Amino acid sequence: MKKELEKRTIKGPDGFEFEVDPLTDYYCDLPPTVQTPAYTRIIESFFNWARSESLWILGFGTGCGAIEMRPLMTPRFDAYRYGVQWRPTPRQANLFVISGYLSVKTLKRVIRSYEQMQSPKYVMGLGSCTINGGMYWDSYNTIKRLDDFLPVDLYVAGCMPRPEALLAGFQELKKIIRAGEGEGANEYAKRFEWYKKNQKRTIHDWDMPDYNW
Amino acid sequence: MVYQPDRSQYPQQRADGSLDIDLESGKYLKLWQGPQHPGITGNMSLELTVCGDEVVEAKTHVGYLHRGFEKLMERRTFIQCFPIVCRICVPEPDFNEYCYAAAVEELAGIQPPERSDWIRTLILEMGRINSYLMFLGGQAGSLGLGVVAQWSTYVRDLMLDRFEELTGARIYHMFILPGGVRGDLPEGFQQRMEETLKEIERTLGDIEDVMFCNAVFKKRTVGLGYIDPALFNPYGVTGPNARAGGVAKDVRRDQPYLIYSQLAFEPIVGQDSDVFARADVRRRDLLLSIDLIRQILAGMPKKGPVMAKIPNVLHWKIPPGETYIRGECSRGEYGYYLVTDGSGYPRRVNVRGPSYTHAVALLERLIVHVNISDVAGLMVSLHTYPPEIER
Amino acid sequence: MMRELYKKTKQLFPLGDLTEQRHDLVFVSIPHPFLSSLLRHLRDKEGFSHLVLLTAVDWLERGEFQLTYLLCNRSKAWDMGVRVVLPREGATMESIHTLWPTAATYQRELKEMFGIDFPGSPGVNDDFILEGWDDIPPYRRDFDTLKFAEARFTQRPGRESLDPAQHMAKHHSDGS
Repeated sequence: MKKELEKRTIKGPDGFEFEVDPLTDYYCDLPPTVQTPAYTRIIESFFNWARSESLWILGFGTGCGAIEMRPLMTPRFDAYRYGVQWRPTPRQANLFVISGYLSVKTLKRVIRSYEQMQSPKYVMGLGSCTINGGMYWDSYNTIKRLDDFLPVDLYVAGCMPRPEALLAGFQELKKIIRAGEGEGANEYAKRFEWYKKNQKRTIHDWDMPDYNW
Repeated sequence: MVYQPDRSQYPQQRADGSLDIDLESGKYLKLWQGPQHPGITGNMSLELTVCGDEVVEAKTHVGYLHRGFEKLMERRTFIQCFPIVCRICVPEPDFNEYCYAAAVEELAGIQPPERSDWIRTLILEMGRINSYLMFLGGQAGSLGLGVVAQWSTYVRDLMLDRFEELTGARIYHMFILPGGVRGDLPEGFQQRMEETLKEIERTLGDIEDVMFCNAVFKKRTVGLGYIDPALFNPYGVTGPNARAGGVAKDVRRDQPYLIYSQLAFEPIVGQDSDVFARADVRRRDLLLSIDLIRQILAGMPKKGPVMAKIPNVLHWKIPPGETYIRGECSRGEYGYYLVTDGSGYPRRVNVRGPSYTHAVALLERLIVHVNISDVAGLMVSLHTYPPEIER
Repeated sequence: MMRELYKKTKQLFPLGDLTEQRHDLVFVSIPHPFLSSLLRHLRDKEGFSHLVLLTAVDWLERGEFQLTYLLCNRSKAWDMGVRVVLPREGATMESIHTLWPTAATYQRELKEMFGIDFPGSPGVNDDFILEGWDDIPPYRRDFDTLKFAEARFTQRPGRESLDPAQHMAKHHSDGS
């Protein structure tokens, strides 16, 4: 446990003393809930259409695949014309592109970032290393299957995938969302215990709340 | 009006030289820049302690991209190592391939054919152009000039096309293998390369106008992140970071490898050792690389083998020995230290990435007393790539 | 040439044999108590002012760690690797961060990856690359990365790994 996460008494600049327990005070400890479509089918499919046309990617380059993001943002490939854009913070993003292998240290940050994103949210695994470890199948520091830790909607294979493959992946993801099958966030809420068990099995120094959003 | 911070708020030094920072006092704030942050080069993070807008202490955290290459290579045969080494550095992977191949050739006593040396040099210079174009976009973007990133990425894509027709891949080329290179130049390559180089030169002119002649850019970067040339040796500063401080260190000229001794060039040297000087040195180095590519394509032998005969790679054993191979990549001195023990596997491979010294000890020192809004610009100016720090 | 430098230095320090790898790269070995004075001498008197790298090699069968300090003389374009052998059990080495501040980073990595201690080096006990590591240091030869990965991470079924030599031999005998 990190020192700054321990329960302690703090004296503020104005002289008052108060007690702080970061794990319960700074985070909400409610588990995620399943969000059911409360509308009629036609409204829900309208919502899904709108969601599919505004994929906002979290700008977190977790691995080498992140290098193909810059060409996608620029005139040659220009993903913006498909309603895909990059956001700097998880609060504004709804698509998490895991761009390659995840080391255990990054996995921790990825889980936090994912949980901070707003529902409905989608995950795209990039490269063969997110599928089965790829080149790093025998590495002691990279996870071998992404879908043990996060609900993955779509994988794009390759080492590394070309920008065109990513564009095709975005189109495929749009189809999934429009069909109402992009239920990753609900899946995560439903099988929350199972995901947490997997995450804690890999991350041994778990020093964050179970769900931080 | 000049900004004058209230120094009475600043931390005192303890007897051992560390800073007496009491976070609970409310004077200081701990701020994590990264790993999920747009103002960071790749997947790493800076733990900043700020007082007002000014950084008083910084710590670099790396390891987010650690895959344990040096361990993985110990259990792969020499030829199996070849496709994985390029993954160590993403924007400029060819140096890994070259250094690894040259180290294996030296220990195994293989002499690659002359034409392959020319092609290798060509690939390395093309990779350098890619890397510098990434840098220019990043440096301008980190200080709010997004348009330069759009232009430089566009011309970088043109260079990637040349890579693609030469090697078949955009990013990881896997082209330089022990014994030579995987293939010859395609037909008409020289002419298409010339068109690409012209386009890059034209774009560089535009970039010079909007970036290097830009009053805001100058005002923010001149004087920022000054590295005292006396620190170059203690902190292991190499490459453009050192050349921007007036030290003409360039492995290409000092210890020529491949065919650099046959090319005419002088190292690019700057004066001021600040962020602006480093960006300017890299821009001029880019023009030098363009010139070198023209020299290479003109002077290359027209015919000849590109691959030496190598033993059966399934049973390839290399006698015991150790060696170190270095090259001048776009960030500084890149090197491979290879130890063999007579078996079919490397005993130990150690990668010396230039960012290893730049991004940890040096950055932690430079960043103190820098305004928080300049941290990203300063960090990019050292041109650090985290994967070569942690491998 | 470098051989003269070696002869000259040998009168001052108990150097081991000289290995000439290339005309500009040599390796020498030295007992570990003399290391920092040798490095200081090379840095201040012989112009080897650039510490290129510091790394370790694990000789498991001999029970030794070899530390390699690679120095470079920029003006003469010479490289010299100084080898130091340490016993593998409880390996401890003198820190050289006072000679080159950047050595602290290398020593931090060696402590984490090989378990070689450098007392007094700044931040040597902090996590550098790994986080929450609870096994033996991973770059040691007796650490089996494949076994560790299989135990720690779940694998996706269907992946097949073949030993190339065996596979080729089988393929060859079947086909011809």
